[in-house]
Amino acid sequence: MTNVLAVERLGKKYGEMVAVQNVSFHVARNEIVGLLGPNGAGKTTTINMILGVLEPTSGSILIEGVDVAQQRSKALEYTNFAAVYAPLPGNLSVYQNLRVFGLIYGVAGLQKRIDALLEQFELERFRDTKAGVLSSGEQTRLCLAKAMLNDPHLLLLDEPTASLDPATAHEIRAKIRRMASHGACGVLWTSHNMYEVEDVCDRVLFLSRGKIMLEGDPKTLPQAHGKETLEELFIAVARE
Amino acid sequence: MNLNRTSAIVIRHLYLVSGSPARLLPLFAWVAIDMVLWGFITKYLNAVSSAKFDFVPVFLGAVLLWDFFTRVMHGVTMAFMEDVWSRNFLNIFATPLSISEYVGGLVLSSIATSAVGLVVMIVLASTIFGLSFLAYGMALVPFLLVLFLFGIALGILGAATVLRFGPASEWFIWPIPALVSPFAGVFYPVATLPRWMQYICRVLPPSYVFENVRAIVAGAAVSPSGLGISVVLAIVYVVGACWIFVRVYRHSVRTGLIARYSAETVT
Repeated sequence: MTNVLAVERLGKKYGEMVAVQNVSFHVARNEIVGLLGPNGAGKTTTINMILGVLEPTSGSILIEGVDVAQQRSKALEYTNFAAVYAPLPGNLSVYQNLRVFGLIYGVAGLQKRIDALLEQFELERFRDTKAGVLSSGEQTRLCLAKAMLNDPHLLLLDEPTASLDPATAHEIRAKIRRMASHGACGVLWTSHNMYEVEDVCDRVLFLSRGKIMLEGDPKTLPQAHGKETLEELFIAVARE
Repeated sequence: MNLNRTSAIVIRHLYLVSGSPARLLPLFAWVAIDMVLWGFITKYLNAVSSAKFDFVPVFLGAVLLWDFFTRVMHGVTMAFMEDVWSRNFLNIFATPLSISEYVGGLVLSSIATSAVGLVVMIVLASTIFGLSFLAYGMALVPFLLVLFLFGIALGILGAATVLRFGPASEWFIWPIPALVSPFAGVFYPVATLPRWMQYICRVLPPSYVFENVRAIVAGAAVSPSGLGISVVLAIVYVVGACWIFVRVYRHSVRTGLIARYSAETVT
């Protein structure tokens, strides 16, 4: 497996406050990596640095071997993201949002791609509906459709199923798993739902106070540290 | 520079404008009201003035040109503010879109929207009040060019201001044309102003435009050096505004302001 994302000794300081410290990890092709940690651990800071919207104080980020700091546009062509705190503009329709972002990402055969995603995420009947009037679950599906537009090699998902009902969340997880296993994609996934993480992720990284504390297979990691479940391990790491 | 990505910003703005009467109407309503108001004022002044001086090309022409500048400036800032209002920074700036492509998209959006206002103003001013642009001759081209460039520069500067100081600072940028107008000599010769205001006039490109408008109407020749200075100044303003925008953007990326824009963590 080759790496789609390689993060080396990444750090971010705001004045004297250290948000992320000396973090190194990778995401391989066809791999789903969970980035876990309590609130304020540095997960979103790390994702923002990978997305090029936050400049690291130190370290490097390579997406498909392209340095984000040196060739931001080229690196981000391989990337896309969906985050619960970044809804798409509510004053554009579902179709308009996908068209605008499709053009930005330079998607070939955009019309067909939009039609396919509308079908895949069951958004066809909302095609001409303004995104702002969709339910939170429908908005999440739209964000995920946007995140898939360019068939990203690196997909960043920040709590992607936070506002979905269990059935829809299950379907979305299955879709992302299929995408990761069949395409050229690697996924970095943050979630506070440990059952979801155990179900979806091939590997997890525990982040606390800006540092990676643990790393491993979510199915075996709890036992390796004397805990019954991933949630127990999460709580223990968060309290350390 | 990728034109597809730039066109995405323009298409986004066209979607917004075409789908919203609240955005469509202001493109021509306010300039139309200005034309009608100043058209009748100039007609009245022509009627009561004993001198054989035609106020139409001086005042109505000046209002038209100033409104054009204002529309261009507001066109850029409006396109930018759409991303502020819809909290779209993270989605937009976490894409391959470069800053030059983004600013290029804002400028092209402004050209599209300000052209609508310009056409409406020209039609109203010429058909109802008999304003003829032939009176300005070929000088009209540099007049419009200078006002366009200066409008773009102030629009980009306004966007940089909002990016740096947060959403609430939009109220700094809408009145900028009104703030500049006393120094630009839109309605009176620059010589009317006190000395200290005249110094400011010299660094404002529109002041050269309006001095030349009055010169043409008075039957004097256009000042090529004045127009040349104004074109150079306008280009300097555009380059300076782009430089400031890039600096502010880089500061925002360094401090995390882009990712948490609505937080207004500005100090």
